[in-house]
Amino acid sequence: MSNSSNLSYGKAIYEGIYQSMLNNPNVFIFGQGVDDYKGHYGTTLNLHKIFGKERAFDTPISEDSLTGIAIGSSLAGMRPIFVHQRMDFLMLCMNQLVNMASKICYISNGHQNVPIVIRASIGRSWGQGAQHSQSLYSFFAHIPGLKVIAPTTPFDVKGGIIASINDNNPVIFVEHRMLYENKGLVPKERYEISLSSARVTKKGSDLTLIGISYTVVDCLRASEILKDKKIDVEIIDLICISSLDIKTIIKSAKKTKKIIIVDNDWLYCGLASEITTQITERLKFKIPIERMGYKFSPCPTTRNLEDNFYPSANVIAKKVYEMVTNKKDWIPRKIINREILEFKGPF
Amino acid sequence: MPKEKFNFIEAYYRYKKIRRTEEKITEVYHTDKIKSPVHLSIGQESIAVGCSMASSKKEIIFSNYRGHAHFIAHGGDYKAFWSELYGKRNGLSSGKAGSMHLGDLNINFMFTSAIVASSIPNAVGYALAQKIKNFSNVVLCYHGDGAMDQGVFWESINFASLKQLPILFICENNEYAIYSHLKKRMYKSNIVERVRSFGLKAKKIKNDTFTIFEETKKILNKIRKNSIPHFIEIPTSRLKDHVGIENSPNMKKNDSRLVEDKELLFLRSKVKDFKKIDKKIESEIDTAIDYAEKSKYPKQNEILKNVFSDI
Ligand SMILES: Cc1ncc(C[n+]2csc(CCOP(=O)(O)OP(=O)(O)O)c2C)c(N)n1
Ligand SMILES: [Mg+2]
Repeated sequence: MSNSSNLSYGKAIYEGIYQSMLNNPNVFIFGQGVDDYKGHYGTTLNLHKIFGKERAFDTPISEDSLTGIAIGSSLAGMRPIFVHQRMDFLMLCMNQLVNMASKICYISNGHQNVPIVIRASIGRSWGQGAQHSQSLYSFFAHIPGLKVIAPTTPFDVKGGIIASINDNNPVIFVEHRMLYENKGLVPKERYEISLSSARVTKKGSDLTLIGISYTVVDCLRASEILKDKKIDVEIIDLICISSLDIKTIIKSAKKTKKIIIVDNDWLYCGLASEITTQITERLKFKIPIERMGYKFSPCPTTRNLEDNFYPSANVIAKKVYEMVTNKKDWIPRKIINREILEFKGPF
Repeated sequence: MPKEKFNFIEAYYRYKKIRRTEEKITEVYHTDKIKSPVHLSIGQESIAVGCSMASSKKEIIFSNYRGHAHFIAHGGDYKAFWSELYGKRNGLSSGKAGSMHLGDLNINFMFTSAIVASSIPNAVGYALAQKIKNFSNVVLCYHGDGAMDQGVFWESINFASLKQLPILFICENNEYAIYSHLKKRMYKSNIVERVRSFGLKAKKIKNDTFTIFEETKKILNKIRKNSIPHFIEIPTSRLKDHVGIENSPNMKKNDSRLVEDKELLFLRSKVKDFKKIDKKIESEIDTAIDYAEKSKYPKQNEILKNVFSDI
């Protein structure tokens, strides 16, 4: 396809932002490191040279006020993108996001709106520990007035960032660090994906795995191992967290009648609980639903505990097997998360 | 104190031990035994050495993710430090914390945070408790220039001055927050002036170990006596990258400071038997690494331990 190119997730984000800035002079981008030589995994690389330092700039380490400043500029008609190296740093922005951004449209009875995009990287790599690895997206999804999305593929991340920039509401845009190098076909044009649709990544009949962001990759790897047992899973990539595509999930649930939700987060009061509830509310019959996610502790730094903290493809495969066969007699072959194994830091 | 009376042997020992430790980390890093980010302090040693030598054992230390130098200078458990880097069970936090969250309560060294400026108000709170309890312990709060970008820094110093708390803020001004120069973050880099306007006693100090020691010692005495919050700014340079073991991209290739650090050479010139000290340091490093290597990893059931306190 000459109208598509094989791009990494990081490049796809770049392309989406670049095209949006080209298309609309009100779009601008800022955040720590936006104009440095790494350009936030290449996603902002040289934008300041192309569009000038008024529209792409580095900032002081002042997350709270800069969120408010983004909001203020959006009230004046701008479309800011605020980039964060870690989701954890968004905790400093909570007042502006929860009390301001999400409320302005409502309290102004729709006279004002806040078209801002907050980009935040989540996730593991290696030894990030308690304060540099959290996902926390369900905090935001709890709030009416905030949109939250977490695309997994290069295709969806480009269409997702463009749709988020064009959306007239605050969008929290979640990117997993271990996805930046993943490649896929990406149309060259400027296109949007829906901010309320999930995607069936793989069709199957025995059980439905619902993943979000990086756990979709784990689910795909689990499905490979499960072929050893001739088990055929369906995989749903949730993509949209704040506006759940329950239709797609129910359709799959009716077909496979077994569901495992693999969250990228803690389970307690989380996204997987929300999905479980919505499924049970809508289905007329009872089906087994399981949830997998982080151990309920801060993330430990040492590798031998960290490996066990996250749900792995092996653990997922084993759980699927047990649910499908009602047997516990299989030890899946080890499968390696190449990007995590190869990661040598520094960050 | 006249300069001749300064304990140069101890200063050289601490300085060199920090430098050699950081260098050792860069040497072993490729083995991937330290599976976590490291924020090295090469180039910034004099601050930790001068301030630590000026403090008594009663002082309370708040540092941050760039804490190796502070930790070593103030005398934290060295073997447990290496074990922590190696992710081992007998590390400072059973390996669950790593380089970014060092701590050792035996020397009043609070476990550090990797969120910029987030422990500065905690330091102020600790000082508040000292004042309420009528203790004469002073809180030392090390932080970077970047931490002063945060609103919480200014809110914290406002409170410290409002309540006249026994605290010394030590700004290690290496001019960078990751790759972002101070000039990109502040309209005017008049740090001391700004802080002074909040009612603290503030001063910029020349960066040499003895001066830092001498000034800090004087200030700590004043704080102990009158509980007046102080702030010092010390210009410095971080010779390594923000994180990891590469050289800082802001440095010229073959920057001589990496091989012959002037301050280190000066301290060495004041110590007759420096070779003996060097030997001692190497042996301490080898022993600690050996200890870390031979130690076990934490058991899997450790994951869920200490999420809540059960003391
Ligand atoms: C709230 C928050 N924002 C951003 C970061 C990412 N970050 C880590 S260290 C750092 C630079 C801090 O600079 P400075 O305070 O000068 O300390 P230095 O690293 O120079 O010692 C940044 C931006 C963070 N850890 N926390
Ligand atoms: Mg700095």
